[in-house]
Amino acid sequence: MMNKLILGRYIPGDSLIHRLDPRAKLIASFYFIGIIFFANNWQSYLFLTLFTLGSIYLSKVDIGFFIRGVRPLLWLILFTVALQIFFTSGGEVYWRWGVFQLTEFGLRNGIFIFCRFVLIIFMSTLLTLTTPPLELSDAIEYLLRPLKAIKFPVHEISLMLSIALRFVPTLMDETEKIMNAQRARGVDFSEGNLVQKMKAVVPLLIPLFVSSFNRADDLATAMEARGYQGGEGRSKYRVLHWELRDTITIIAFVILTIGLIYLRN
Amino acid sequence: MDIHFEQVNFTYQPKSPFEQRVLFDIDLDIKEGSYTALVGHTGSGKSTLLQHLNALLKPTEGKVLIGDRVITPETNNKNLKPIRKKVGIVFQFPEAQLFEETVEKDIAFGPKNFGVSEEEAKVLAKENLTLVGLDDSYLERSPFDLSGGQMRRVAIAGVLAMEPEVLVLDEPTAGLDPQGRKEMMEMFERLHQEKNITIILVTHLMDDVANFADYVYVLEKGRIVKRGTPAEVFQDVAWLHEKQLGVPTAAEFAQRLIAKGVHFDSLPLTAEALADALLAQGGLAHDE
Repeated sequence: MMNKLILGRYIPGDSLIHRLDPRAKLIASFYFIGIIFFANNWQSYLFLTLFTLGSIYLSKVDIGFFIRGVRPLLWLILFTVALQIFFTSGGEVYWRWGVFQLTEFGLRNGIFIFCRFVLIIFMSTLLTLTTPPLELSDAIEYLLRPLKAIKFPVHEISLMLSIALRFVPTLMDETEKIMNAQRARGVDFSEGNLVQKMKAVVPLLIPLFVSSFNRADDLATAMEARGYQGGEGRSKYRVLHWELRDTITIIAFVILTIGLIYLRN
Repeated sequence: MDIHFEQVNFTYQPKSPFEQRVLFDIDLDIKEGSYTALVGHTGSGKSTLLQHLNALLKPTEGKVLIGDRVITPETNNKNLKPIRKKVGIVFQFPEAQLFEETVEKDIAFGPKNFGVSEEEAKVLAKENLTLVGLDDSYLERSPFDLSGGQMRRVAIAGVLAMEPEVLVLDEPTAGLDPQGRKEMMEMFERLHQEKNITIILVTHLMDDVANFADYVYVLEKGRIVKRGTPAEVFQDVAWLHEKQLGVPTAAEFAQRLIAKGVHFDSLPLTAEALADALLAQGGLAHDE
């Protein structure tokens, strides 16, 4: 079930994109999602698409992964696109039925929204496929550092984030195990009506919560035993290095922005 | 109830980028009333294999016959409950599956899922709690107040309460103290003897295999590489060492005696067999 989700997975590799500094990748991805809203004609969308495909090519990850990553969200995308297509007015009207109408603007908007969704998913998939979760949380910690000035608990947040990321697969395994154990005891997770299905989740949720509590307790004890006393005065084992290629990435995005501004009308 | 595997293959997440093949052409035969042991390294596919025993997983190729049911890749997920009732699985660290407010409710949970009435389920809970060595005073307690070993017992009672014909045990004694380990294994043996329950034991402990099992399958990297009675499988000590599987303590010790010139007709696997063999040779001879 969860196995089908590609977004959020990491695929080890050794490409240019893999070796980039996670901070550069994180900034670039967010920046990309921001500027995608500036595109407003087909030239600019084509430009962005080519840029995305180029990045995917550089990552040496099979494009199939990305297409599969879109699949779970396909219905959401189609729903939004359909709303856009049928409820936008303006331009030439091709067809009308009650409140529904098919217009030139609607079609255009629909197609643009579709492109936007796909490109955003592609870019964020590219980020997670090529960056190990721990590097991501390091990058987030680094980028949040300015917030220390306003007493934002940066260390705590990033610690929680890296622990959470570390335990996602463990909890998934655990879920799977408990699910199997309860299925072996005659629980049916897929059958019955909504109420029955919700009831069937109880034997799964309670053990999961209990084991999370126990795990948290054990982990806290183990951390204290190893001398953890909070963020003050800690040194770092994993140090991020900003290199020339990271600067080049940022420059590439600046060029992308200039191109986009030039192409939009 | 017999369980039979025919050329079973299994792949996790087939046709995806994370595809992983785990079982290769498994042929397996589990006779009614037998005590079968599955041994092998971590990651050899033991746990995947045992989930096929009650159709939690379906083979991606081949077929599994459980009693009169045939499980093939095309088998529908509906209507598998009767199988799950007949084949009870005690998973590794089963204490993680407890969730009810009281021990009694938790043990009764399984039977109730299979349509046993409330009263009968309570009777079953009481019986099986005694069976695993806890007295009635535990019935009303919360399972989360118990010690690890007691939780394990309650969880096992929960599986036994379904009155399975086949009991699958995935390292049932992992993490228990020696006394608890011994009691637990003896309890399973008693069930096997008295109620004629078919037992399938997955374990790393060769002593348990030698003491209890009557047939052994050795798995390696998803393939069955050896099968036979414990006597047959453990005969080839060098091969087992090469596979880093180890041999029972008694056999290990007998090996050392052999190196010192003692002769055995067949390699003794249990402490009793070793003692008998030594006595038969006039073990007290050097006292003369």
